[in-house]
Amino acid sequence: MARAAQTSTKSNEGSSPALRNTSKDELLKFYREMVLIRRFEERAGQLYGMGLIGGFCHLYIGQEAVAVGMYAAAEKGDQVITGYRDHGHMLAAGMDPKAVMAELTGRSGGTSKGKGGSMHMFDIEAGFFGGHGIVGAQVSLGTGLAFADWYKNNGNVSFTYFGDGAANQGQVYESFNMAQLWKLPVVYVIENNEYAMGTSLARASATVNLSQRGASFGIPGETVDGMDVFAVREAAQRAAEHARSGKGPYILEMKTYRYRGHSMSDPAKYRSKEEVDTVKSTRDPIDHIKQMLEQQGVAEDELKAVDNEVKAIVMEAVEFAQTSPEPDPSELYTEVYLEA
Amino acid sequence: MTDILMPALSPTMEEGTLAKWLIKAGDEITAGQVIAEIETDKATMEVEAVDEGKVEAILVEAGTEGVKVNTPIARLEGGATASPAPAAAAPAAEAPKAEAAPAAAPVAPKAEVRDPEIPEGTPMVKITVRDALRDAMAEEMRRDELVFLMGEEVAQYQGAYKVSRDLLQEFGERRVIDTPITEYGFTGLGVGAAMAGLKPIIEFMTFNFAMQAIDHIINSSAKTLYMSGGQIKSSIVFRGPNGAAARVAAQHSQDYSAWYANVPGLKVIAPYDAADAKGLLKAAIRDPNPIVFLEHEMMYGNEFEIPQMDDFVLPIGKAKIQREGKDVTITAHSRMVGFALKAAEQLAAEGIDVEVVNLRTLRPLDTETIVASVRKTNRLVTVEEGWGPCGVGAEVAAQVVEHAFDDLDAPPLRVHQEDVPMPYAANLEALTVPSVEKIVKAVKAVCYR
Repeated sequence: MARAAQTSTKSNEGSSPALRNTSKDELLKFYREMVLIRRFEERAGQLYGMGLIGGFCHLYIGQEAVAVGMYAAAEKGDQVITGYRDHGHMLAAGMDPKAVMAELTGRSGGTSKGKGGSMHMFDIEAGFFGGHGIVGAQVSLGTGLAFADWYKNNGNVSFTYFGDGAANQGQVYESFNMAQLWKLPVVYVIENNEYAMGTSLARASATVNLSQRGASFGIPGETVDGMDVFAVREAAQRAAEHARSGKGPYILEMKTYRYRGHSMSDPAKYRSKEEVDTVKSTRDPIDHIKQMLEQQGVAEDELKAVDNEVKAIVMEAVEFAQTSPEPDPSELYTEVYLEA
Repeated sequence: MTDILMPALSPTMEEGTLAKWLIKAGDEITAGQVIAEIETDKATMEVEAVDEGKVEAILVEAGTEGVKVNTPIARLEGGATASPAPAAAAPAAEAPKAEAAPAAAPVAPKAEVRDPEIPEGTPMVKITVRDALRDAMAEEMRRDELVFLMGEEVAQYQGAYKVSRDLLQEFGERRVIDTPITEYGFTGLGVGAAMAGLKPIIEFMTFNFAMQAIDHIINSSAKTLYMSGGQIKSSIVFRGPNGAAARVAAQHSQDYSAWYANVPGLKVIAPYDAADAKGLLKAAIRDPNPIVFLEHEMMYGNEFEIPQMDDFVLPIGKAKIQREGKDVTITAHSRMVGFALKAAEQLAAEGIDVEVVNLRTLRPLDTETIVASVRKTNRLVTVEEGWGPCGVGAEVAAQVVEHAFDDLDAPPLRVHQEDVPMPYAANLEALTVPSVEKIVKAVKAVCYR
C-alpha cells in the first residue's frame, strides 16, 4: 500500500521530461494515430446516423491519447483486451481501418466477417483479444491472457482495459486478487472518462481514486493524465516494466473524457454543455500534441499532409464498409464449432 | 451404556474402513477426543467422541473394511442414552447426512451391450468413475503440456471429491492450481487463458457454483469463435459434479443439463459409467471447442469395467445403446442411465423388453440413434434429473415427434424432477427426484399396461 500511495502522484508533473525523449518522428506518429482515431470515429458516427451501422456504437472521441500512448509501451506478443468502446484500441493496435469499419457496417470484409459488430472485434495477429460486450468480463479474461504469459514464461504482458463503470464490478476484484497472488504480468488500465453511461463516478463509487482500487491486494497504482499522450506513454512503460519483470500486476488510472454520449443513442443530458466544451477547449489530447509539434518547429504544411493522408485512409474505409458485400447466408452456420 | 456408531463423513458415504483406533478398552475418554481414524475412497478422517466415559469394548477391529454407517463400533460404560458419533467435517463442506439416498444401480447383466469403440478381446478392468476421470486428466496432461487443471481444492486437498488425487504430485503447482473461492473470476481467467492457446480444465466443486460463472461459460467462451469470425478458439473443459446430490437441498442439488445444452457453441457431455467418464473426458480435453462436462457426485464411487487400453477415447456426439430391447425406448443420461437399466430389469420380469439409450452427449444430441431406436420400439420414455419444462426430455421428445411421428404407438412420456426446488426432508426429496418406480410406471403407461 505504501508503494501504491507513493507512486500515485508522480506522473502528473508535466510531460516535458518525456517530451525530451521524443523524436519529431515519434511526435508525428502519435499525432497521426490520434487523428486517425478521431476522424475514423467521426465518420462512424456519421454512418450510424445514416443507418449504415446498427445496434450499439460507442465512440472513442476524446480518449485517443490513452490507446495511442499505451501502445507505445507494447512489445511483440503482448496482448490487449478491452470492453465495447474498442474502435480506438483496434486502430492503435494497427488493425486495418477498412476491416474495422466494415465490421461496423456488418459486412463480410469486417474483422469478424460481420458476425461481431462494434463491440466484438478481434485480431490475434495484432494481439488484440476484443472487444467484449459484458461490462467487466474483459478484466477476468485479460487476467487469463496474463496467466497464459506466465504459464508459457514468454515475457509478454497483458494490457487489460476497463472503464470507471466496470471498476465497480465484483470480478475485477476477483481478478486483482489472483493476479497479485500469482504475480501475473498484467497492466490494468482504467479509462476513467467520468461517466458510466449516464452515472458520474461520484454517484456510483464510494471512493473515486480508482488508482488505489488494488491497494487492499497490494497492487501499486497511479493516476495519469489520460489526455496527455506522453504522460500515458511514460506511465505505460513503468507499468509494463513492473509486470514484465515478474512483480505482478500494476494499475493505471487514466483521467480522460469522452466527448460524445455513451453510445450513439445517448443525448448526454446528465452533464452540461459547458463541461464538455471546457474539456474540449482546455484538455484536448490532439490540440495538446499539435502545440508540441508547433513548439518543435513542425510546419503547418507537414501536419496538413498528415491530416490529408488520414482523411484518405478513413474515406477508403468508409467506401469499403459500404461496398463490401453482406456475409453470404451460408456463413450463418459457420464458426459455431471447430472441427475436432 | 452408550454405543459409538460408525459416522458418515460426507452426504454420500455409505460405508468406510475403520483404519485405526486411538483408544482401547478401559480408557477414559472425553468429548472431543479423537478416538479413531476412518477412511473412505475420498478421504481419511478423524472421529471425535461426543460422549465421555470409560470404554467398555471395541466392537469393530481396526482394519475392518466396509463398515456400514451407523454400525456400533465401540461401547462406553454407563451413560443414559445412545447417541451416534458425530460426523467430522465433511470433505466438501456439505452438511453430514443421516440417511443414504438410493444407490446407483449396477449395470444390468442382461443384454449389456459392448461398446462398439472397444476392440474385440480387449481385457477389462474395474475402476471407479472417480479414478476414471482422474486417469483421463492425467493421461491428457502427460500428452499435452498446454493442458492444466484449475479450481477450488484441486491441488493440495486432492479434490473436494478426490477426483484430482495425486495430480499435484505428478504435475506440480504450475499445472494443478488451487484457486480462491471466486468462480466468476477464475472461470474468466480460464477462458482468457484458452483464448491465448492454453487448454484449461476448470473444475467446479459443483455446477451449482458455476451459476456465478455462467456469463463466462456462455458469453465469453461459447460465443467468441462465432463473434470473432473464427479467430478466437476456446479449447476448454468446464467440469464437476452436476445433478441431484443427497440431502443438501435446493441450492446444492440441481441438474443443469438443459441449461447448457440450449447454447450453440458449447458441447455438453454427461457420462454415466467409468468408460463414459474416461473415454469422453479424454475426448473433451482434446476437443478444440468449449465443453461442459457434467459429472455426478453419487456416481464417483461406483465401480464399472473399462477397457484396458493405452488410449481409450470415445466420440463426442454419439449415444450408446446401453441395453437392447424391442418394446420401449428409454433415453437417459448420467446417473439416470442406471435407474433406467434397473427399471428395464424389473420390466423384463413382466415381459416388457426395454431398450436403454445412454445419451452420453447432450449437445450435439445423437438424434439419429434415438430415432432409430424409437422406430424399432415405437414407444418413448425420457428420464432426467432436471426439471421437465424445456428440459432434455422435452427436446428428445420433440426430435422423435419430428422425425418418427408415424412410428409412435403412444405419446412420449417424460420422467423428471418434480417442478419444485429440491426439498431437504428425506421423504420429500425422495418424492421429488426420478425413481425406478416412476420410470416403470411411465413405461407401462406408454405400453398401455
